[in-house]
Amino acid sequence: MNQWKNFSKGLIKENPVFILLLGMCPTLGVTSSAINGLGMGLATTFVLVMSNIVVSMVKNHIPDKVRIPSFIVIIAAFVTIVQMLMQAYVPALYKSLGLFIPLIVVNCIVLGRAEAFASKNTPLSSTIDGLGMGFGFSFALTLLGAVREILGSGKIFDLPIYSEDYVTLLFVLPPGAFIVLAYLISIINRTKKA
Amino acid sequence: MNYLVIIIAAVLVNNIVLMQFLGICPFLGVSKKTSTAVGMASAVAFVMVLSTIVTYLIQKFILDALGLQYLQTIAFILVIASLVQLVEIILKKASPALYQALGIFLPLITTNCAILGVAILTIQKDFSLLEGVIFAVSNAIGFGLALVLFAGMREHLDMMDIPKGLKGTPIALLTAGILAMAFMGFTGLV
Repeated sequence: MNQWKNFSKGLIKENPVFILLLGMCPTLGVTSSAINGLGMGLATTFVLVMSNIVVSMVKNHIPDKVRIPSFIVIIAAFVTIVQMLMQAYVPALYKSLGLFIPLIVVNCIVLGRAEAFASKNTPLSSTIDGLGMGFGFSFALTLLGAVREILGSGKIFDLPIYSEDYVTLLFVLPPGAFIVLAYLISIINRTKKA
Repeated sequence: MNYLVIIIAAVLVNNIVLMQFLGICPFLGVSKKTSTAVGMASAVAFVMVLSTIVTYLIQKFILDALGLQYLQTIAFILVIASLVQLVEIILKKASPALYQALGIFLPLITTNCAILGVAILTIQKDFSLLEGVIFAVSNAIGFGLALVLFAGMREHLDMMDIPKGLKGTPIALLTAGILAMAFMGFTGLV
């Protein structure tokens, strides 16, 4: 029961993007299509889960003073692994996500969870927390990507929905990211209160 | 001429915040007042230029020389983190006034993706050291420009009657969206 709570809080109640407003750079930067959002979300989830596991296992061996730098090194190691894996197996996605893959290192969600959760909890709870937060992040990015893709290029996951003559190109360009996210957050705030 | 292109491209056309979405966290976080926005922008400028120089030298003389390019992410983030600490310690001793002004922003800068982003972009674009420095300076100016403009708008927004559902973050994001649209007008300048 308790573990289920750990998992589900990241999905909606403490959703890292919509509620906590963490990790905004990749959220806005890569979501010009649903598949990019999903890919970025899953890459971040992998780093988040692995670094949560390692941090929770070594937490008692790290002196308090060098806590944060040690966490950053652990996270950077996993980011490098993701970078290499993606370059080898999904080169097209790697190319379209570009700079934002190495920038997972400085994603506040990953360091935030390591510091706020994994450094105080067991490896099992930390894994579940990482999975929950990661899926919440992936869900938010996929949703944002899907809305922008539908409005901006008339497709979803590359499947055409309506004619390209009626699309509003603005939504796949940078301003569209800000505008769509603004309305998604206001809709979620609204439903939360009701 | 080449340098001028780098400057215009980085400050206006590919503005680091509004077009490339780097450094969004401080952009949304410390933009409620113009004075804090200026403080943050100068702290970022300082660290951005310094870290670009240091990471460039590390890439060329250590990573490239020893064939360790895959350690780039780890090496750069460590260098930036320790550089920020170093700057903090030196400023505290050498110039307490400047430390007072920038102090609270410095720890936040380690996790500012604009810093790491510019360091990596400088390597990816294959700039020379001088071009890299100019690139870093113009990105810092672009960051400051976007941040200060945005903070000025948010100060005015505080006095406006905003629909209930849009209060807080949504209206800030909408404003940023419109600002980004304005910057899109620069497309095609270079």
